[in-house]
Amino acid sequence: MAEKTAKIEVRNVSKLFGKQQKKALAFIKEGKSKQEILEQTGVAVGVYDVNFDVQPGEIFVIMGLSGSGKSTLLRMLNRLIEPTSGEIYIDGVDLVKMKDEELRDLRRKKISMVFQRFALLPHRTVLQNAAYGLEIQGMEESERKSKAQQALELVGLKGWEDSFPDELSGGMQQRVGLARALANDPDVLLMDEAFSALDPLIRKDMQDELLALQSTMEKTIIFITHDLDEALRIGDRIALMKDGKIVQLGTPEEILMNPSNAYVERFVEDIDLSRVLTAAHVMVRPETMGIDKGPRVALQLMRDRGISSIYIVDRKKLLLGVVTAQDASRAIEKGLVLQDILISDVPTVPLDRLLTDLFDLVANTSVPVAVIDEEGRIKGVLIRGAILGALAGNKDAISLDEATSTKREVG
Amino acid sequence: MGELLPKIPVDRAVESVLDFFLTYFEGFFRLLSKNLASFVELLVSMLNFFPSIVLILLLCALAWYARSWQFALFTGLGLLFIENIGYWKHTMDTVALVLTAVTISIVIGVPIGILSAQRDGVRKVVTPILDFMQTMPAFVYLIPAIFFFGLGVVPGIVASVIFAMPPTIRLTNLGIRQVPADLVEVADAFGSTSKQKLLKVQLPLAMPTIMAGVNQSIMLALSMVVIASMIGAPGLGAEVYRAVTQLKIGSGFEAGLAIVVLAIVLDRFTQNIKKK
Repeated sequence: MAEKTAKIEVRNVSKLFGKQQKKALAFIKEGKSKQEILEQTGVAVGVYDVNFDVQPGEIFVIMGLSGSGKSTLLRMLNRLIEPTSGEIYIDGVDLVKMKDEELRDLRRKKISMVFQRFALLPHRTVLQNAAYGLEIQGMEESERKSKAQQALELVGLKGWEDSFPDELSGGMQQRVGLARALANDPDVLLMDEAFSALDPLIRKDMQDELLALQSTMEKTIIFITHDLDEALRIGDRIALMKDGKIVQLGTPEEILMNPSNAYVERFVEDIDLSRVLTAAHVMVRPETMGIDKGPRVALQLMRDRGISSIYIVDRKKLLLGVVTAQDASRAIEKGLVLQDILISDVPTVPLDRLLTDLFDLVANTSVPVAVIDEEGRIKGVLIRGAILGALAGNKDAISLDEATSTKREVG
Repeated sequence: MGELLPKIPVDRAVESVLDFFLTYFEGFFRLLSKNLASFVELLVSMLNFFPSIVLILLLCALAWYARSWQFALFTGLGLLFIENIGYWKHTMDTVALVLTAVTISIVIGVPIGILSAQRDGVRKVVTPILDFMQTMPAFVYLIPAIFFFGLGVVPGIVASVIFAMPPTIRLTNLGIRQVPADLVEVADAFGSTSKQKLLKVQLPLAMPTIMAGVNQSIMLALSMVVIASMIGAPGLGAEVYRAVTQLKIGSGFEAGLAIVVLAIVLDRFTQNIKKK
């Protein structure tokens, strides 16, 4: 990570609310708790000494319960809230030192925001809402209309341009909010609990859509949520906040598997693992054999390893099919070659398929399900025992390294 | 009590302030008075330009367009009734007075309301002044108004403005303060200047509340017409005043009824502008 230039660098950023800030800062340095400081100085510590980098094209999730300071932190990234101290660099320029005009320009062109309760202007049509950011830049009407139109099409709202926000469902309203943010073509998207006000099914759709959009847009997204499921689903990395501080920062897997302290552990203990773990986490090493070998070799290999079927690959390791022990011995009797007994109709799943979507498939097939990468190379197989072991929280059944590295490829 | 502490000379202080203004700003007040008078005159002659029946029909059409046929019907019947009992010209005088007072209230009141919504300091200064304007009995400032503006319609307008402007200021302030915080954040987050924020977000969203304030101002201005007539403002108020002083109970009631009809018509018209 370190070798790339970070899009956003947050350095020692704090936000205190109240009058006796110097005294409070001294107390913080002494290590007093948020509660003690509030009682003794009347100063509320919103965010304290937060540091992180966000890479270009990354979805960086800031997660925490209400009052953890996550919304305050997000609003400091476009200075809707002024930091008390610290520096925030965007493309290497310190945002905190910017003059009003520079800041306005930054907000117009580089950073857009999506709001929790959509925050659409009720007196404007969908199209006018989506064009708001362009309008205040002074863009000509025809140009901003066509750009806003494009943004609306991107989020699937073609045909709704002339409706008013109150005629739309919550999910659609937030699409307008997203379109408004995208219309400026910003580098950075700040999303403040953007999907929290939506019902669970719509929320999942929106998450998928955001990921799909992100795969083509490559924006840098800072996403606030209090929902761990959401954080795990969409985050490349997650920062977990408590009492204004980041208590853990890492990939979803790292946070889930190695909670850095009791607080994080409590946070993640209720998570439904089947919605987090993917095929890549639970697959085991596959037994494969080249297609150019004969049925005798296949049978011998299966006997040695104590298995009843073996996967056949070509020289490039592409999966061709599976051969069962029964068929292999039949082939030896009748003098057939491997191609004749190859079952090419093998159930396969991609690496990033969630466990929850695998149960049916695994339960209903006779041969183990193959896990393949994008090129069709076999990466592993799914065995019922391993899946159950992973769900039971048995860490040996979960291969973190593989999953982490493949998630990057996939995502 | 009185022996322990000498009386604070509020009365003499007020009088010397008045004297000061009368001495040094006489020209200014005279000019203001002249302009206001000619504005009202212009308005009256515009209203009397059409024969009454044409104006009534026009207003009916407008009422239909702005609201409903029921309201159009009421407007038509009400205004025809006023015409029938012979108070048309007086009604137009009153309309001119009220419209002038309300226009001044809006022109001065809305910007003050906006300022006090944006700055707590301004609001803290403005609020007690508004309380003062609304509760100080009108008769107290009616006489000084004559000193400054002479007899006639102008002091009546000034008195109406003093009494009628506060709701416009208060509700403009309230309307802007009530714009949801996240919509104000939207304006800021997308890089609006404060003028853009005001014109594109705050004022449009505050408009229904501001219009409620304007509506209240109209009603209060109407309620001042009888008092204004005591210092020479023409119109329905003058008719009521004359009838009452001459104990003509019947015609006093007629003129009063005309004020009620006018009030209802004006109220319904301005209540509706927000819903367009």
